[in-house]
Parts: sequence; structure tokens; C-alpha cells
Amino acid sequence: MATDKIYYYPLWLRIWHAINAIGIILLIITGISLQSGVESWFVVPFDKAIDIHNAAGVTVTLNYLLYFFGNMFTKNGKFYIVKPKAFLKRPIKQAYYYAWGMFHGMKAPYPLSEKRKFNPLQKYTYILTMYLAVPCVIITGFALLFPELIIEKVYNVSGIFMTAVFHSALGFFISIFLIIHLYIASIGKNPLDNFKSIVTGWHHVTGNNGSNGTK
Amino acid sequence: MRILLIILLATCLGSLTQAKAQYYDDPKEHQCLKCHSNTSYSFHNELMDREEKRMMNPYYVLDTVAMRTGVHQVFDCTDCHSYEYSTYPHQANLKLEPLATCLDCHGGDETFASYQFERIDEEVQKSVHFDAYGESFNCSKCHDQHTYRPIARTAENVKEIVDYSNKMCLTCHANMQRYEMVAGREKPELVQVHRWLPNQQLHFENVRCIECHTDVTDSLMVSHNIRPKTQAVRNCIECHSGNSKLKASLYKYENLQKRSEGVLGNIISNDSYVIGTHQVPFLQWLSVVILICVLGGVLVHVIFRILKK
Ligand code: HEC
Ligand code: HEC
Ligand code: HEC
Ligand code: HEC
Ligand code: HEC
Ligand code: HEC
Ligand code: HEC
Repeated sequence: MATDKIYYYPLWLRIWHAINAIGIILLIITGISLQSGVESWFVVPFDKAIDIHNAAGVTVTLNYLLYFFGNMFTKNGKFYIVKPKAFLKRPIKQAYYYAWGMFHGMKAPYPLSEKRKFNPLQKYTYILTMYLAVPCVIITGFALLFPELIIEKVYNVSGIFMTAVFHSALGFFISIFLIIHLYIASIGKNPLDNFKSIVTGWHHVTGNNGSNGTK
Repeated sequence: MRILLIILLATCLGSLTQAKAQYYDDPKEHQCLKCHSNTSYSFHNELMDREEKRMMNPYYVLDTVAMRTGVHQVFDCTDCHSYEYSTYPHQANLKLEPLATCLDCHGGDETFASYQFERIDEEVQKSVHFDAYGESFNCSKCHDQHTYRPIARTAENVKEIVDYSNKMCLTCHANMQRYEMVAGREKPELVQVHRWLPNQQLHFENVRCIECHTDVTDSLMVSHNIRPKTQAVRNCIECHSGNSKLKASLYKYENLQKRSEGVLGNIISNDSYVIGTHQVPFLQWLSVVILICVLGGVLVHVIFRILKK
């Protein structure tokens, strides 16, 4: 049995992931409630929602630094390196597998191993989310926390307005990411297996119906 | 009463004879402003027969620039103040001179009906200030007759309205001397009082004090009934929501609305962005569509996973 499992997620990464998960969920809930201005939705009064959103935002930011430097200085970072070869073909193949292949007995095209923690599609979305969307959402978030810093006007449009729309759009993108992330995570040996992995750190590699890790 | 008649006469004559004559164009030459627009003044001391220079009371120095753009720019000083002020030292009994109030001139006048002076007067009489100080808290406490401009009708943008209106309140509520003159005690610190409000500075630059401190009435351009602090708006949702009360007050003015056509609705042209208030319909619609597609995709996938098990 032991060979079935690889210790995938070191402790720092699991702590990071847990904080991030809670933070992001709080941010999404309070974010929706702020943006819609409907307080009864989630039973968070507006001012509380602001406080929670700010606190969670700062926490996620600090936590992001952990992630950023963790990936820079440990070998976890190498899982994010993209190979230029077959730059588009590889994720397309993976997408084809999810959409069609996995129902027709196809083997996962990029089985996970010590060397490969993410399949290509997964790698791309992670990079997009963690190295583009999240930094942007953090920057715009801090700008909104200190609105004095924002340029008053861009042409005739309020600078704060532009920043806020961009911030919400990114927030929306991250919410969509979260939905898909959670769903694909359920495609494992059994629907709960991958969730267990991110808690314990151990991941099933073989025998998991040829599938993959969390998405 | 006689003085009022004189004033009215002067007013009528005034408006007939002058095509917006400007008395204040050259303050240095003006018989009153040569003293009342300067930090110091000089006069001829008849007793000693010599020129004397003195410091001017800073509260009696008028803002000549603002006066030239004020609604009462057509008046000369002596249309409102007694002609006897032309001599200096001013006579002592001039202090007792009754001055016309807004209502004396504007009350019942059809020309100014759109301002609803009488209704404003009624509202003011319900306000906390009137409760505490009665008639002595007159319109001039907020509206300087020398410089007043009806900013809500003429402003180009929200910030201008807010700035002008809030300065009226702040002449007392941020000024120890003036507040004490009226109240006879120290004023509460606004920053402390409004501690619960985040981004206070930003709020004070983007909403008027009266937004939170009055009852908003649709039929009045500017509501004047300032209510006790216990009834002030504290609930953020009153402003930060789709049906923000600001739409019925600060953002309702036509001069602002003119500039607010376009795909993205009236956010674009307004200078304020109020979280919770301004949703962009197109983006909302788009996000709902995307959300449905994603959830739909997941659902289909689940069904296939169950079927193909
Ligand atoms: C020589 C300078 C000088 C001139 C000219 C002058 N004033 Fe004054 N005025 C003063 C000073 C100084 C005071 C402060 C009180 C005092 O010293 O009498 C004052 C006070 C006043 C007050 C406040 C009175 C009070 O105590 O409530 C009014 C109103 C006023 N002036 C109106 C006028 C008008 C109107 C004119 C022009 C017709 C005018 N003044 C011309 C110097 C002048
Ligand atoms: C439209 C009428 C009007 C005109 C025109 C006018 N005043 Fe006044 N003025 C008033 C009223 C009303 C007050 C009393 C303000 C109050 O009660 O606080 C006043 C007060 C004053 C004061 C006392 C300081 C103060 O702010 O309380 C001075 C000084 C003064 N006026 C000077 C002048 C001078 C000089 C001119 C011409 C340049 C002038 N006024 C033109 C209505 C007028
Ligand atoms: C001495 C009489 C008098 C007093 C007192 C007076 N006004 Fe006026 N006001 C006038 C006259 C006359 C005009 C018209 C001026 C013009 O034709 O340019 C006017 C114009 C205005 C206007 C511009 C109306 C328009 O549509 O152009 C406003 C607003 C106004 N006054 C408000 C006030 C307020 C507020 C007060 C009290 C703080 C006040 N007035 C006190 C006589 C007075
Ligand atoms: C506590 C301060 C305060 C008092 C007292 C006050 N006002 Fe005002 N008033 C305001 C503010 C603030 C505005 C909004 C800014 C603006 O449009 O000038 C305003 C606006 C107005 C306007 C312009 C409304 C419009 O339709 O554009 C008129 C006219 C007016 N006030 C008349 C009066 C009269 C008359 C009185 C006395 C019976 C009075 N005000 C007393 C604060 C006050
Ligand atoms: C967002 C709404 C809001 C705005 C804007 C606002 N206030 Fe208030 N204000 C309140 C509330 C709510 C209270 C009651 C606070 C309390 O009792 O703890 C209050 C209290 C006060 C008090 C009573 C202080 C005391 O304890 O006696 C004054 C005076 C006051 N505000 C003046 C102003 C002035 C002047 C402005 C504009 C510069 C302003 N407010 C803007 C909501 C507001
Ligand atoms: C001439 C000075 C002056 C001006 C101008 C003024 N106030 Fe006041 N205000 C006072 C004084 C004095 C008090 C204290 C009243 C009392 O004793 O209860 C007060 C009290 C208040 C209170 C507290 C009422 C309470 O329940 O304790 C509020 C709210 C308020 N003002 C709002 C405003 C707003 C809004 C404006 C501008 C539109 C304004 N004030 C303009 C002098 C002023
Ligand atoms: C009278 C209406 C009003 C009330 C009440 C109000 N706000 Fe605001 N708030 C505004 C406006 C207008 C702005 C927009 C300022 C701008 O143009 O940037 C704003 C901006 C903000 C911002 C800054 C948003 C940014 O751009 O970063 C925060 C945070 C905020 N409000 C929180 C609150 C909270 C919390 C409360 C309740 C305790 C509250 N507001 C009550 C009108 C209001």
C-alpha cells in the first residue's frame, strides 16, 4: 500500500492552503454581500462585512507571501514550471480527457508522479489564478482600502469605480475557479479522496482509476 | 417695517436700473470694501486730525471673490445695510439695525417659487438648531447672504456640492469660536463622534452632512430638517445598496444627471463610486450567464460520471 502513496503536500503548504481556503471563502461571501448591498443575504451587516473583508484580505495577502516565497525557495516551485513544448496541445489533451476520455476508458494522459504534481491544464489554471488574478486582486484590494491613492479620474470615469469593477471581476473569476477546483478535486479514487490528501499530505497515485490530483 | 419697504424699493429699483451692475469689481475703491476686504484698515481720526491704521476684525473681512459670484451680487452693501455705515467710526446704534432675512425678501415671491422658501422655513423650524436656539438660529447662520450660491443647482459635480454644503456646517461644527458663540460650550469633536464610520475623510468629501442628519423629502431640493443625533443615519445600507437613499438626495440633481447617459448607466459621470450602489447591469448579467454555464457544465459532468460508473 505504501507505494500507492506519495507525500505530496508538505506541512507549510497545507497550512497555507487551509488559511487561503478559509480566507477566500470569507472574501467571496462578504464580497458578494458588499457588492450587492443586500445585507440580509448572508446575515452580515454591511459594516461587519467590510471589517471581515478587510481582515480576510490582509490575511490572504500575508499568506500569499508565504506561498510565493515557499515556492521560490523550496522544490515545490518546480511543479509550476511550464514546458514550451506542446504548449497548447498538452492542456487540450487533458481537457479532452475530462470531457470525453475518462468516460471511455481512456487512461489519464499525464498521470501524477513524484515529478508531476499537476496535470498541464491544472498547472495553467493555477499559474493564471495564483500568479495573475490573485496578485491583481490584492493590489486593487489595497487600493480600495486606501482610496486616496487611486487616480481621481481616468478620462471621465471615476478611478475608484474602475478599480472596483476590476476588483469585482477578478473576484468573480476566482469564485469560478473555486467552483471548478472543488469539483475537479472530487474526481479522485473516490469523491472525497483528494480532500483527505490536502489534509494529511499523502496522495494516492496508482489505482486511482488512472486519474489525477486535485484540480 | 419701514426699513423693509425701503429695502424692497431699493431692490426693485436696483433690479430695474442695473443690468447686473457689479459694485464689488474693484474692492480697493469701494466705499466699504476698502476696509472690509483687508486685514487692516485706515481712517481719518478727526479728533487728532491724523490718519490711523488699525487691524480689522477677521470676521468682518468679506470674501470679495465669492461675493461677485453670489446670488446677491447685484446688491450694493447699503441695499441691505444702513446707509449710515458710510461714515467711520460706524455709529453705535447701527448694531441694533434689523437686517432682512431670506423670507423677508423671498417669501411669497413667485419668481423664487421653485426654491420653496416657505417650506424650507417650516422645515428649519423643526430642526434641532431651532429647537435649541429659536429664531436666533436664522438662515444666515448657514447661508452667508453675501456669498451664497444655490450650489445643488449649479454645480458640475457631486464633490463640489458636498464641499460647499459641508463647509456651511463646518463653520460651526469645526470652529471652536463660532460654536461657542452659539452654544456657550465646547463643541464635540466630529472625528470622535463619527468614529464608527470607516474612511471618514472620504465620506465627508463625498456625502453631505445633511444626507445622514435630515429626513430626505422628495419634494424639496434640499431637506432642511436636521434631526437629533439619535435619529441620524448610521446604517450603511441606506447608502450602500441598490436603492441607496443618495439617489433621492445627492444624486437627484438634474445638473448632474444630464451628464449621466451611456451604457454603463450613471456611475460613469458621477465622481463618486459607492460600493453596493453602482452595479453595472451588463457585467451582472454576464456573470450570471457564466455562473450558470459553469454550474451546468459541472452538473452534466456529474451525470455522466454516475451513468458511466
Ligand atoms: C474705515 C474703514 C471702514 C469702512 C469704510 C467701513 N467699515 Fe464697516 N467696519 C469697520 C470696522 C473697523 C468695523 C468693526 C467694528 C467697529 O470698529 O466699529 C466695522 C464693522 C461693520 C459692521 C458690523 C457692525 C457690528 O458690530 O455688528 C458692518 C455691518 C459694517 N461695518 C458695514 C459697513 C458698510 C456697509 C460699509 C460701507 C457703507 C462699511 N462698513 C464701511 C471699518 C469700516
Ligand atoms: C443681501 C443683503 C446684504 C448685502 C448686499 C450685504 N450684507 Fe453684510 N450682512 C447681511 C446680513 C443679513 C448680515 C448678518 C449676518 C448674520 O446675521 O450672521 C450681514 C453682516 C455683515 C457684517 C458683520 C459680519 C458678519 O458676517 O456677521 C459685515 C461686516 C457686513 N455685513 C458688511 C457688508 C459689506 C461691506 C457689504 C458690501 C460689500 C455687505 N455687507 C453687503 C446682509 C447683506
Ligand atoms: C434684501 C432682500 C434679499 C434678502 C435678505 C435675500 N435675498 Fe436672495 N435675492 C434677492 C433678490 C432681489 C434676488 C434676485 C437677484 C438677481 O436678480 O440677480 C435674489 C436672488 C436669490 C437667489 C437666486 C434666485 C435665482 O434663481 O436666480 C437665491 C437662491 C437666493 N436669493 C437665496 C437667498 C437666501 C437663502 C437668503 C437668506 C440667506 C436670501 N436670498 C436673502 C433678495 C434678497
Ligand atoms: C443648518 C444649516 C442651514 C440652515 C439653518 C438653513 N439652510 Fe438652507 N441649505 C443648507 C444646505 C446645506 C443647503 C444645500 C446646499 C445648497 O444647495 O446651497 C441649503 C440649501 C438651501 C437652498 C437652495 C435649495 C435649492 O432648491 O437649490 C435654499 C433656497 C435655502 N437653503 C434656503 C434656506 C432658508 C430660507 C433658510 C432659513 C429658513 C435656510 N435655508 C436655513 C443649510 C441650511
Ligand atoms: C454617514 C452618516 C453621517 C454623516 C455623513 C455625518 N454624520 Fe454626524 N452623526 C451621524 C450619527 C449616526 C451620529 C450619532 C452618533 C452618536 O450618537 O454616537 C452623528 C452625530 C453628529 C453630531 C452630534 C454630536 C454630539 O454628540 O453631540 C453632530 C454635531 C454631527 N453628527 C455633525 C455632523 C456634521 C457637521 C457632518 C458633516 C461634516 C456630519 N455630522 C456627517 C451620522 C453622520
Ligand atoms: C451657527 C453654528 C452652526 C451651524 C452653521 C450648524 N450647526 Fe449644528 N449645531 C450647532 C450647535 C450650537 C449645536 C448644539 C445644539 C444643542 O445644544 O443641542 C448643534 C447641534 C447639531 C447636531 C446635534 C443634535 C443633537 O441631537 O445633539 C447636529 C446633528 C447638527 N448640529 C448638524 C448640523 C448640520 C448637518 C449642519 C449643516 C447643515 C449644522 N449642524 C450647522 C451649531 C451649528
Ligand atoms: C450617507 C450615505 C453613506 C452612508 C450612511 C455610508 N456610506 Fe460609505 N460611502 C458613501 C459614499 C458616497 C462613498 C463613496 C466615496 C467615493 O466616491 O469614493 C462611500 C465609501 C465607503 C467606503 C470606501 C470604499 C472604497 O472605495 O474603498 C467604505 C469602506 C464605506 N463607505 C463603508 C461604509 C460603512 C461601513 C458604513 C456604515 C457604518 C457606511 N459606509 C455608511 C456613502 C455612505
